[in-house]
Amino acid sequence: MSEESVIRQTGERAASSAVVAASGTIPRVLAIARNTFREAVRDRVLYNLVLFVLLLTGGAIFLGEMSASQEAKIIVDMGLSAILLFGAFIAIFVGVGLVYKEIERRTIYAIFAKPVGRGEFLVGKYLGLCLTLLVNVFVMGAGVSLALVYVRGGLDPLAWTIWPAVALILMELMILVAVALLFSSFSSPALSALCTFFIFVIGHFSADLKIFAASLGSDATRAFFVALYYLLPNLSNYAYINAAAHGQMPAPDVFLVALIYGVVYVAVLLAAATLIFNRRNFK
Amino acid sequence: MMSHAVEINNLTKDYEVGFWRKRKVRALDKLSLEVERGEIFGFLGANGAGKTTTIKLLMRLMYPTGGSATILGRDIGDISMHARIGYLPEHPYFYDYLTAREFLEYCAELFGYTRHERKRRAADMLSRVRLEEKSWNKQLRKFSKGMLQRVGLAQALVNDPEVVFLDEPMSGLDPIGRREVRDLIASLRETGTTVFLCSHILADIEVLCDRAAILQRGRLAHAGRLDELRQLGGERGMEITVVGANMPELEARLAGIEGSRLTASPGGARIEVPTEKQVDAALDAVRASGARLVSVHPVGNPLEELFVAKVEMNEGQEEKK
Ligand SMILES: Nc1ncnc2c1ncn2[C@@H]1O[C@H](COP(=O)(O)OP(=O)(O)O)[C@@H](O)[C@H]1O
Ligand SMILES: [Mg+2]
Repeated sequence: MSEESVIRQTGERAASSAVVAASGTIPRVLAIARNTFREAVRDRVLYNLVLFVLLLTGGAIFLGEMSASQEAKIIVDMGLSAILLFGAFIAIFVGVGLVYKEIERRTIYAIFAKPVGRGEFLVGKYLGLCLTLLVNVFVMGAGVSLALVYVRGGLDPLAWTIWPAVALILMELMILVAVALLFSSFSSPALSALCTFFIFVIGHFSADLKIFAASLGSDATRAFFVALYYLLPNLSNYAYINAAAHGQMPAPDVFLVALIYGVVYVAVLLAAATLIFNRRNFK
Repeated sequence: MMSHAVEINNLTKDYEVGFWRKRKVRALDKLSLEVERGEIFGFLGANGAGKTTTIKLLMRLMYPTGGSATILGRDIGDISMHARIGYLPEHPYFYDYLTAREFLEYCAELFGYTRHERKRRAADMLSRVRLEEKSWNKQLRKFSKGMLQRVGLAQALVNDPEVVFLDEPMSGLDPIGRREVRDLIASLRETGTTVFLCSHILADIEVLCDRAAILQRGRLAHAGRLDELRQLGGERGMEITVVGANMPELEARLAGIEGSRLTASPGGARIEVPTEKQVDAALDAVRASGARLVSVHPVGNPLEELFVAKVEMNEGQEEKK
């Protein structure tokens, strides 16, 4: 090939690079997140909503005997608990497979040969699953609100006072996804799921850990449990289901603290996962 | 001076194998080579020679045990350089829930192209790799291996890369597909794209490449222009086919040519001489004996002999150890 045509080609490339609109980190992360959401939808992750609606309707019929106000309380209790459990199920089982599946199926090979950083990939996958959870939780929350309107035969304040509690559930699920992602960045999906579930459970008792630590005699064991308290996510920040069933809403500062705690905790977990993921060889 | 398209210096990779007692296996041993801009460079080696390992190191999918490399003058650790390269993985597999078109648009999006440009490029590339238009909107889970290979090529070229790395691009294709992919790779020469072509099939490298490297058990055995490599393979013999020969006379006249061999064939004869230089003398003998010339052919493929001989030699050495 002649020298001239090389130069012409290079010129064309320079011109074509002008159509690159935004080649920054954020558009790439958003593209990955959008694709992750699309995967969840096509893999029928949203089908659980059908199950949720069936459960809710079944529950409402079963509850037909009780007084209307008691009924409403039980619907909130049961509905929000179901949102948390369904959400946790998705967060854990989809979460541990988010990255693992891409490595296993070698779909990341083509992706990392493009200008995509490993951290960008992780954050994109994370946000994609969070978006999936947001849609899920929103639809389930709306289902609970509608059920309340139905059993009370009109607008009940509970139909909207439950929403701050629903938002707290979503935050908790977002922490859970980050935990699942961190574990799966260095261990198998099965083990990651088990560990994440374990953390989900003790995360709710983490406040008790501190009290328990204070009651201990030996300095070493006390230090251990105090460390555990700070290390594990404090999920009791997000447990507002019971109060919501009694028509209470979290005070703004409680809500804000939970939000900030969640953001910081997730940021730290994602940073740790990126550090681990950065060092991996995709053999 | 423009930097090389690819420059590899003492690149080394050990794999850790074994679960309990980890031991290291050297898959790539101090590989050094250079690829010029605009050339189609063949990377030839038997299965397990370390070709895929080399490419994965270059793509930053793995980290080297030792050595370094640059692509377009930038260190392989510099991910932003990936905007200017393309890669077709070995046995490619992509998101099976996406259609071919969606996948290409997604790839283009990762390069930061505008929505309009993404659509244009996706359609361009899919027709360029000759994927039938009726398959564009089918999910990749329904694709055959050959179709996936084409999608793989399309995604490798979606950003008009300056250097493209192809790991066994013809595998999984039928003969027509192989020829189409071969033509596609050849057409990259016109756009000035550098091609780093990995293959264990000599014929693919031979028809496409300007230069090639032969890799053997993780070590560079040879690198150079294809004609140089052919010469390294040694002298090639020639085969002359004639008809209407007077066999006894032809045999007598050929007696003076060292190493020549005469075989009778239906209606004629085949003469083999060990070197090209002896062809003239053999042709004189043919004419003098009154036979008619049908054809003159080179025998065997010196590059193939080089390739095969090297493998055997290395295996021999391995056994002696
Ligand atoms: N993930 C791995 N773990 C251990 N050894 C590996 C791994 N991948 C490849 N190898 C070894 O490294 C060598 C080179 O493999 P590879 O680069 O795939 O060769 P090629 O692509 O030339 O066929 C082979 O001996 C292979 O067994
Ligand atoms: Mg290979």
